Amino acid sequence: MTSTILFCALAWILLGGFGALRGRTPEAGAVVYGGSFIVAVIASGAAILQLGFGVAPGVAVVLPLGLPHLGMNFQITALSAAFLIITDVGAAAASLYAVGHGRNEREPWRVLPFFPVFIAAMNMVLIAADAYDFLIFWELMSLSSWALVVAHHEDEEARTSGVVYLLMASSGTLALLLAFGLLAGVHGQYDFASIRADHPGSWIGAVVMLLALFGAGSKAGLVPLHIWLPRAHPAAPSHVSALMSGVMTKVAVYAFVLIVFDFLGKPAWWWGLIVLIMGGITAVLGVLYALMEHDLKRLLAYHTVENIGIIFIGLGLALAFRAERLDVCAALALAAAVFHAFNHSLFKNLLFLGSGAVLARTGERDMERLGGLLRRMPQTGLLFLIGSVAISGLPPLNGFASEWMLFQAILLSPRLSAWSLKLAVPSVGAMLALAAALSAACFIKVFGITFLGRPRSPAASAATETDVFCRAGMIGLAALCIVVGLAPGMVIDLFAPVTRSLLGARLPAGHGMSWLTVVPISLSRSSYNPLSIFALIAAGGGFAAVILHRYGSRIICRAPPWGCGYASPEDASDAFPPVGTQYSASGFAQPIRRVFGSFVFNARDEVTMPPPGDVAPAHLVSALIDPVWQGCYAPLLVLVGWAADRANRLQFLTIRRYLTIVFITLVGLLVWIAPWG
Amino acid sequence: MGLILLLGLQFLQMLLVLAAAPLLTGFVRLAKARLQRRAGPPLLQVYRDLAKLIAKDAVVAEEASWLFRVAPYLIFAITWIAASLVPTFETHLLFSRSGDLIVIAALLGSARFFQMLAALDVGTSFGGLGASREAMFASLAEPAMLMIVFAVALVAGSSQLSVISTFMHSGLTGLRLSMGLALVALVMVAIVETGRLPVDNPATHLELTMVHEAMVLEYSARYLALIDLAHTLKLLLYVSLIACIFVPFGIAPSGDRLGPLLFGVAAYFAKLALAAVLLAVFETTIAKMRVFRVPNFIGAALMLGLLGTLLLFLSATL
Repeated sequence: MTSTILFCALAWILLGGFGALRGRTPEAGAVVYGGSFIVAVIASGAAILQLGFGVAPGVAVVLPLGLPHLGMNFQITALSAAFLIITDVGAAAASLYAVGHGRNEREPWRVLPFFPVFIAAMNMVLIAADAYDFLIFWELMSLSSWALVVAHHEDEEARTSGVVYLLMASSGTLALLLAFGLLAGVHGQYDFASIRADHPGSWIGAVVMLLALFGAGSKAGLVPLHIWLPRAHPAAPSHVSALMSGVMTKVAVYAFVLIVFDFLGKPAWWWGLIVLIMGGITAVLGVLYALMEHDLKRLLAYHTVENIGIIFIGLGLALAFRAERLDVCAALALAAAVFHAFNHSLFKNLLFLGSGAVLARTGERDMERLGGLLRRMPQTGLLFLIGSVAISGLPPLNGFASEWMLFQAILLSPRLSAWSLKLAVPSVGAMLALAAALSAACFIKVFGITFLGRPRSPAASAATETDVFCRAGMIGLAALCIVVGLAPGMVIDLFAPVTRSLLGARLPAGHGMSWLTVVPISLSRSSYNPLSIFALIAAGGGFAAVILHRYGSRIICRAPPWGCGYASPEDASDAFPPVGTQYSASGFAQPIRRVFGSFVFNARDEVTMPPPGDVAPAHLVSALIDPVWQGCYAPLLVLVGWAADRANRLQFLTIRRYLTIVFITLVGLLVWIAPWG
Repeated sequence: MGLILLLGLQFLQMLLVLAAAPLLTGFVRLAKARLQRRAGPPLLQVYRDLAKLIAKDAVVAEEASWLFRVAPYLIFAITWIAASLVPTFETHLLFSRSGDLIVIAALLGSARFFQMLAALDVGTSFGGLGASREAMFASLAEPAMLMIVFAVALVAGSSQLSVISTFMHSGLTGLRLSMGLALVALVMVAIVETGRLPVDNPATHLELTMVHEAMVLEYSARYLALIDLAHTLKLLLYVSLIACIFVPFGIAPSGDRLGPLLFGVAAYFAKLALAAVLLAVFETTIAKMRVFRVPNFIGAALMLGLLGTLLLFLSATL
């Protein structure tokens, strides 16, 4: 199957070349996106065949390119097959959607060459089997996505996002480069097979773990390395945002799992602690940022930060369990993390595509100027609702299934013996629960303000349903959200080879029950059967409907709602924003801003009221301070500026001083290498 | 034969909670009225109200979408199923393996999700007001509930309610500090979730204090009947939950003999009556809290739950 993926990657790159040469022709969009949809379907089929049915496992392919003594090694392990499924399912849906959505693009030739190359680069990172390839394609993935972020380069916002993204991506790659350098050791073994066979010492291992956490974490969006993510993801065209948020962050998770679980051997006890705490903080801060945000796409990007936090909580738990040789518990936590990565790729793609449809039909990303779209875009609205329920972690959809497994893993953690973990795990569990509850509140805001109620701008009231390709892409993802939610055992069984190959343990398979019931450890501990819950709910709702229609009144009268004495917007339809009493997004989030925001963001609301008798409007200004920017990046910027000022002096020296500096450097270097001489 | 019996018992439990829920709410109202030296509504008034609402024609706001009309069915069905997953008179029911305590808590979250969306659908300020306050309460009450679930599950070694109930019934636990903390926290969460005093006044329509009533203000007729019924079911669910975890006395272990089953039903109704009287006394003696004091109240429940869980992580015997 390795060669299949390689051919798929080649096809994507050729499609990118076609986009570069013929991007200005009208049919280029359909060819590139349609082609990349077909290739993505083939690639995800190949990955599913290998992982689920064991077709052609572990075939290594060496191409005579790259480093002379090494070549380019490619191989699909169980781990990379799982992430290939995540990547290519997302890529297929985004490509199908883009066949329709791409027509809205003003300058498609700035997107078309890079979109298929971006997908190809992600696939190549996943199948790379030596450090050289991995880093080359990692960098290609960063650069092609950067080109897509700055596709709308006329926007000031897109340009600054591009700069921030490039800086963060480069420093992340640097960290990974150093990590692989340490892993390769003094003999310079860059292929993964020899890295795997040779576990580094405990100190080197710890440094590699921290470098991998930095390198992969900055790509995935771990707090405090997340700052580029809510800037760059929304700036790209929506189908690219979906890929960056839903898929590229998962490639970063793959890199972390690969290095820490596959290459490093037995972890020390504190690795899990660090990852757990970072994951917990990321989950809570991500969702709190999202609650304060009213830009639809940026809000979704902050939710990616939150979900990455949830995934890293699972990875941290797995590391902690593994350090104490509780392999079955570690398998549960790791399976939950990988399962959540898959689920997140499904619903985050769906939500970004839905927001793209809203953006295309209204021209608005600001929720305060949307509203009432469920009546105007009924299908997009329903699909977005499915995504919202799934991401909020509500049963019986898929987001809940993986969070439930994570909670079960936390319930097993009193078996850990380290005291700091005994204190940290319940607190992180509380943070996970808080993040889940807050994300439900946030998606009530998103769906309630954007799709329900009355329109808040002329653009929103004139919106129409999106085209058939866009809907097809979203329907596929929504159907997967429902199917995976109702039969989670199917996907857990599909991903079981991952935990088996990394930890040598897996979840008990079904316990003689059907694959519909999830049983993490044993039937007497806990079990979850979403299909029967769903059937019961459907039966209960049907029962109520039958009784009411048989014995009750069936008449519905339509009437205007009571607007507290204010005119309804229909009366003053030329006035936008309407003089209405409808809640706004910031109004909805105000109680939560007051409870959590005043503590975390130092949020302050300032009200200016006109004196009594004056008819001037009152003003409300709410101010937030980003603690991460204030605490980490602002001092860093000051430091960089100071250092640049100092270094600036070197520019204006006389020739004698330059020669002195060169001489001193030379002597210094000679002295330094003398001991090895 | 065994399967049919199990199915019958599960069905019986579903009907029992559905029939008993309005009775419980009616009994609380009656007890409260008597404590305040009023005659109060008759015990069956809640059923009469429901019947009257079902017969009326529905009035729906002009801008409301299909979600507004579907939500009551979802809210009712989800709450009903959640309530019938909690053991009442017998522990090992057919569908008790379908979901554990975390699933029950999350199902209530789903019901609330649709309730808040329906409130925002009409586009009036009351719906937004109710939904935004409910979102603030829920964002703290749901983690508090999960911390309680953690504490209970760690003691019983299972998050499955039937196993927890059997374990608690066996008396192996003894008195534990963590369970005491969990009980207090669970009662506080139950007060918040069911919208009782001092968090929300079920009898008021004053806009400064409304939460639940503000969300359902635009509902009428059969939709309102479904939502009211779901609300009474939620109260019953929390009473059943507290009863089956902390007072599992009389609950029948399995459904093959008639004697213990009948005793279980009788014990269940006795527990409901006791809980209703306690709730009425509590509500009569306490005053409504300011809305922004409520986060402190729920935050205390969250901290108690977290403390209980932490104690169990440190020592399995606390």
